[in-house]
Amino acid sequence: MKILVAVKRVIDYNVQIRVKEDGSGVVTDNVKMSTNPPDDNAVEEAVKIKESGKAKEIIAVTVGEEKAQETVRKALAVGADRGILVKAPGTIEPLAVAKILQKIVEKEKPDLVFMGKQAIDDDCNQTGQMLAAILNWPQATFASKIDVKENVLEVTREVDEGLETIEVKIPSIVTCDLRLNEPRYASLPNIMKAKKKPLEQIDASELGIDIKPRIEQIKVEEPPKRKAGIKVSSVEELVQKLKNEAKVI
Amino acid sequence: MSREVMEYDVVIVGGGPSGLSAAIRLKQLNSDLNVCVLEKASEIGAHILSGNVFETRALDELIPNWKELNSPIKTKVSKEKFLFLGKTKSLSWPTWLLPKVQQNHNNFIISLANLCRWLAEQAEGLGVEIFPGFPASEILYNDDGSVKGVATQDMGLDKNGEKKDSYEPGMELHAKVTVFAEGCRGHLGKQLINKFELNKGKDPQQYGIGFKEIWEISEDMHHEGLVMHTAGWPLDNQTYGGSFMYHAENKQIFLGYVIGLDYKNPYLSPFDEFQRFKTHPAIKKYIENGKRISYGARALIEGGIQSLPKMYMPGALLVGCDAGTLNMPKIKGSHTAMKSGMIAAETIFEHLGQQKDLSIYEEKFSKSWVYEELHAARNVKPSFSWGLILGIIFTGIDQILFRGRLPFTLSHKHADHETLKDAKTMPKIDYPKPDNKITFDKTSSVYLTGTNHAENQPVHLQLKDPNLPINYTLEKYDEPAQRYCPVGVYEVQIENGLSKFVINSQNCIHCKTCDIKEPSQNITWVTPEGGGGPKYGNM
Repeated sequence: MKILVAVKRVIDYNVQIRVKEDGSGVVTDNVKMSTNPPDDNAVEEAVKIKESGKAKEIIAVTVGEEKAQETVRKALAVGADRGILVKAPGTIEPLAVAKILQKIVEKEKPDLVFMGKQAIDDDCNQTGQMLAAILNWPQATFASKIDVKENVLEVTREVDEGLETIEVKIPSIVTCDLRLNEPRYASLPNIMKAKKKPLEQIDASELGIDIKPRIEQIKVEEPPKRKAGIKVSSVEELVQKLKNEAKVI
Repeated sequence: MSREVMEYDVVIVGGGPSGLSAAIRLKQLNSDLNVCVLEKASEIGAHILSGNVFETRALDELIPNWKELNSPIKTKVSKEKFLFLGKTKSLSWPTWLLPKVQQNHNNFIISLANLCRWLAEQAEGLGVEIFPGFPASEILYNDDGSVKGVATQDMGLDKNGEKKDSYEPGMELHAKVTVFAEGCRGHLGKQLINKFELNKGKDPQQYGIGFKEIWEISEDMHHEGLVMHTAGWPLDNQTYGGSFMYHAENKQIFLGYVIGLDYKNPYLSPFDEFQRFKTHPAIKKYIENGKRISYGARALIEGGIQSLPKMYMPGALLVGCDAGTLNMPKIKGSHTAMKSGMIAAETIFEHLGQQKDLSIYEEKFSKSWVYEELHAARNVKPSFSWGLILGIIFTGIDQILFRGRLPFTLSHKHADHETLKDAKTMPKIDYPKPDNKITFDKTSSVYLTGTNHAENQPVHLQLKDPNLPINYTLEKYDEPAQRYCPVGVYEVQIENGLSKFVINSQNCIHCKTCDIKEPSQNITWVTPEGGGGPKYGNM
């Protein structure tokens, strides 16, 4: 079995996001970038499945600028076998990523495609679903447990009501939740080895698909600052204020 | 316990200016050498914080064509100011009357973090292997007592030291020579200085704590290239310190404050002094319509040549501020750190090629311009132990009239942890509440550092005696850790009528102040799990 894992390079979750003064986006210069956290879970799960003998090869793929290589290298350092960087400049929307991944799937013919349930930068939560639709494959989203069985996956999903267990036929798309596993650390020797693993670069423009953005971004701004709260001395005063000042009751 | 081993010609601990310069120089001298750099931050630059007005002298020697290589050194100093601050007034001191070492017209306003990122690219281009996210946590020794290398931190231990699922054991890195370039108060450097008695016969080391904020300010108040320093208010005559304000590119200013850690009043809060300083009319006018975008703090080393330990030992060298090469009156340490790293590289090259002893490091160092600079600067810092006014008068005589050539050397009398007086005998200081426009509390400040440490790992701020803070330090010094820590890691909480000492180690920004200032030396800073700590951008 072959597993394709899609990973995305995003601003590190510890960094406080700052909006550019001209409102054209957020500041990314000299900002620490990392792998989208649930994508780490996706890689980890693929590696675990390979370690259990149920998969033979793991391919890590990313879409983005040249520097997104680092994200693929990190996946290689924790156990992916080879990497693909699809170079695409500027804004790449989920539909475009899904179309690119479709091309990669057609070329690599994986049995499973794993990725994070959503990226922490745009929070779209769309790519996996769109890819499933384009490929007409079954999908299991928000996976917190994956059992690989004969020709099917048994997947436990994190849903609003609790946990839902479903079975999907292979080939399928799985988007991974943070609860799925605890990603391992890359060890020094594995980081060194990862530098020598193959990393293919493909130009998105060579794939013959339309990846132009469908959405026009007008302006990015910070949410308004919350006003400081006040303390009220009695229930009467609270009711009074809710009625007359906040006008909510 | 056996760990995996990797062999190198040279292992460098720390990816700051000294370590990276050593790495680059080594590869320039012999491209066949296997050189690796370990860095505890998640990426190069993420733990670097500095003013910084940069003198290019060392870089000119290391990479003469740096101007052609898209280096982040762009803003030339165009104007200088020096102000003495009273409570509301300020007196501008003519720049021509400043000692030559404090004149900056050939220097550049830079982000040292960005310079390090660029130096790392140059080093990698030469074949240096750089591993961010891997703190060296332990020194390894050969049977003959010489340094064999270092081991990296175990990853994936829980708070009790038990292995989690993600456990990944540390690795041993063995080297012919190990270079320690951890910066001020490196935790391995500290062990080496003790073990090899490198500070024998030297004065006690002196430290300061430096704060830095980056502000985006309105165009009319921004003068790219302006360098301004102040002394005086809000510090009293007895406390050593001052401020800097550097007008960088993109309408940003680097605003900071440095306070000597030899202060005496346990009630003093360096963080709050810095916040209060910003309310001075001469400062406030620059930032009142601006926005604070970054915050950080780091201890720096101020002892100079009198406190500089021996920098070589069997199998290893100490470079940059891990030893203490900062030039205090110049308020600069980057160029001297870089040069010390380059000299270390030249030493190692001769050591490996011609079997010369590592002790030639000190000969080379004492013949270099770094030594000359530090020697001329040596009397400035100790003279301020007489107070600000006498310090300035003496420094004027020493630096302007004699250019540092007075025929005597003043010494540092005390280590910084010895200087606190009993809380009972000192006045409490009432700091104004933050207004959240130009002054802030520690909570909102630590948020800007991006610091984090993975939950459920061993506490990396270790107490030799866990009861001492409450049983002794609270009573005698009102537990000054509550105040000297720039991000509020240490708190004394009352629980069921009893005081409790709390360590919020996940907020630590690796400044090392607690390790330095704790009056009983009860706190030891050790490396946390790799990648933890601040995520500074262009600091």
